[in-house]
Amino acid sequence: MNAEKIQLYAETLLKGAGFTISITVVTFIFAVLIGLTFGAIKAYGGQGKISSSNSVRELMIIISKKTAIYLINIYIEVFRGLPSLAVLFILYFGLANAGFRLEPFTAAVLGLSLIGGATLTDVFRSGFKAIHVGQREAALAVGMTPFGAFREIILPQSWRITLPPLANYAIGLLKETAVVSAIAAPEIMFYARNLVTKTFDTEIIYMLVAVLYFCLSFPLARLADRFERQARVGEK
Amino acid sequence: MVTFMQDDLLVIDNLHKSYGELDVLKGIDLKLRSGEKVALIGPSGCGKSTCLRCVNFLETPTSGHIYLEGNLLGENKTDDGYAHMSEKQLARQRAGIGMVFQGFNLWPHLNVRDNVAIAQIKVNGMAKNEAYALTEEVLEKVHMAHKADEYPERLSGGQQQRIAIARALAQKPKLMLFDEPTSALDPELVGEVLNTIHELADEGRAMMLVTHEIAFAREVADWVVFVDEGVIAEQGPAKDIIDNPKNIRLQTFLGQMLERD
Repeated sequence: MNAEKIQLYAETLLKGAGFTISITVVTFIFAVLIGLTFGAIKAYGGQGKISSSNSVRELMIIISKKTAIYLINIYIEVFRGLPSLAVLFILYFGLANAGFRLEPFTAAVLGLSLIGGATLTDVFRSGFKAIHVGQREAALAVGMTPFGAFREIILPQSWRITLPPLANYAIGLLKETAVVSAIAAPEIMFYARNLVTKTFDTEIIYMLVAVLYFCLSFPLARLADRFERQARVGEK
Repeated sequence: MVTFMQDDLLVIDNLHKSYGELDVLKGIDLKLRSGEKVALIGPSGCGKSTCLRCVNFLETPTSGHIYLEGNLLGENKTDDGYAHMSEKQLARQRAGIGMVFQGFNLWPHLNVRDNVAIAQIKVNGMAKNEAYALTEEVLEKVHMAHKADEYPERLSGGQQQRIAIARALAQKPKLMLFDEPTSALDPELVGEVLNTIHELADEGRAMMLVTHEIAFAREVADWVVFVDEGVIAEQGPAKDIIDNPKNIRLQTFLGQMLERD
């Protein structure tokens, strides 16, 4: 075993690290956007009861909100129940057979975002729901619109609650991206497997892979701790 | 049809509110002149809080109309009747009415200063220094200016409620609504909050107050309304109503309240 070899392996794996990071970051952003939007709809869209005093326009709004929640729940049940590998294969190979060829990066981000969005929808929803209804009422009472109350009062407070599961999700996602090597996306695992088939240095290469993933996820965990401490301002 | 007098501030006209089968309010008519203080008393579940919450549309009335300074609240008149307002319009109306809740409902992620100032900055578009100057002024009024940098959860219930009152005052409201402002407080903290409300009442601000503090209602309110099973069972000048109740249910209720004290 010589240092030169290890250096070569490490450099090769590092080429994949950029791809791993970009998939993680882009997927995280999309998953958060999906989760935030759907979570807010699930938390607040169910309000409003159908009664005879509603105008036609109000009825339409209530019905479309209820339909939206119904569809969101179907989406969550489907994507929570599928392994990411299956989703990626469907998007990459399945769609290719149907005539839509996606780039590995696009397929990876799309698939993982849909899965992540399903998880995060309920994370955000429960975060919003955990805020006492009086918080929102007080915001409305001083003249904020429902959206203003959400932005200024609910979101900053639910942030404290959603941060730990959000950080867990981010770290989990970073590791989960290893599956996208299966659709030939040139990330860490992809390079690792190529190296192994060429050199058969299995243990050293996968040790390096482990070290690399740890080096990426550890700072993420530290960063999350720091955000959490900052978010705790004003607590008893 | 209601008739408006020159100095009518708030007019509640045949207000009904039901939740499904449950009729909570069964036709409330009430008038408040500017500067007048009205106390709503009555047993738990009688609808007095619901009535108060309907005034700033935290509850949407099932039927009936509410007018503030002659303007319809929460509804727009249309060719064929009335239509609910948009959330934006509602928000603008609520900005002119101060509300103090039983549970204070201060925002724990903001310090005291920002709890008071945020609505002025975000809703009224007031410049920050101007909003903070106003905040200083209203906090002074409730004797809490020295706690401006503190966070709500580190303060006592009485202090939190006084800050909630300051927050409502910063709206420069035409009308202040108090929804059982001392019911969530430890007994020894009730006095400080009542004193604060008393001081505001003396400034001539119109108030609608839901309370279980009968002695306080007698002292501060001009008019007392006894709500029972969703209707006004008796009303009149505060001292008459509390010292010489005619309604038998009111007599029983007052008896129970005095026994408790």
